[in-house]
Amino acid sequence: MPSPLYLAAAVAVSAAITWGLRALPFAVLTPLRRSAVLGRLAVQMPVGIMLILALYTLQQSRPADWPAAAATALSLAVAIGLHLRTRNAVLSILGATVLHVVLSTCLAA
Amino acid sequence: MGVKGGSQGFARAVADTASVGLSLFPLGISFGMLVAHTGLDWWWATVFTAVVYAGSLEFLLLGLVAAVTPLGQIAATALLVNLRHVFYALSFPLARVWPLGRVYATFALTDEAYALTAGGEARSWSGSRILWMQVLLQAYWVAGATFGALASSLIPFTLHGLDFALTALFVVLTIDAWRARRDLPSPLLAAASFAVAALLIPGQALPVAMALFTAGLLARYALRDRGAPPAAADVPAVPEHEPEPEEPVLRTPVAASSRGE
Repeated sequence: MPSPLYLAAAVAVSAAITWGLRALPFAVLTPLRRSAVLGRLAVQMPVGIMLILALYTLQQSRPADWPAAAATALSLAVAIGLHLRTRNAVLSILGATVLHVVLSTCLAA
Repeated sequence: MGVKGGSQGFARAVADTASVGLSLFPLGISFGMLVAHTGLDWWWATVFTAVVYAGSLEFLLLGLVAAVTPLGQIAATALLVNLRHVFYALSFPLARVWPLGRVYATFALTDEAYALTAGGEARSWSGSRILWMQVLLQAYWVAGATFGALASSLIPFTLHGLDFALTALFVVLTIDAWRARRDLPSPLLAAASFAVAALLIPGQALPVAMALFTAGLLARYALRDRGAPPAAADVPAVPEHEPEPEEPVLRTPVAASSRGE
């Protein structure tokens, strides 16, 4: 069992690096914001970044077997289908997550 | 920013964060349950989510501290996992937030905070609306984790699959970002970047994919604008008569509106 001192140090190191990565780029990038190429990047990036994050979370989920993979695929289809039809983020996220929890919990039981 | 603006900003932030909060809270619960399963006291869930506040890193960190990984390796992991955040400075409307608030605004610049402000309209938000949005996002996350860790010691069974909330959130955000700007090459390039990164360096697919994607967008910009009239910002060899005004190169509404600050 890790000691409280070690845990506190691990939390402090992680927090300091995370904050540095979020704050320091403003000093470098803010003067460049008016450049054409960065303006274009800021507009084109969000959809791609969100897609990469979605793919990354899928990669990280590593389904144990094919029923688990099917549960993830089905929940994914429900999330996409619900959001394309309803445009209601609350409904899409909640619906797909509840379905995934029910399927995963039943599979694990 | 006065107190009046603050309460109005709070009301707007509640509406802004409703959908994201709905995925952060259950995700926090699953994190809190993992903290309890790792064998740590429940309040570590609160400490992790309040102090580190970087979702994917926290999940990784749990496994690392359980194995008593050296701090140097934890630092390297934090650096690689959160490297993507350097790109968020490109569009996050930090200038709207008053100077002292920027300390928290940068600390809490998560994927979700970036996503909510990535649409051009966030550039007209008040500083208090932006800050309240970030405070609420963290509150959902910390509350979910604390609740999950406490509940985990009370209920005899485990809820599986709560982590899908994060996937569902990013899928929804992708569709919304696509609707805002139907630019097909960007998601195609992103998907290709991720596929290449996941095949070549599966352990570091996230930062590698984001770097490839950024490089791809830069290449696309360079190719498309070849032969177009020289742009002041990225062609240093422009003849040195009077400084070029920037208007001709600002073709995007977001870039244009950012100048109004």
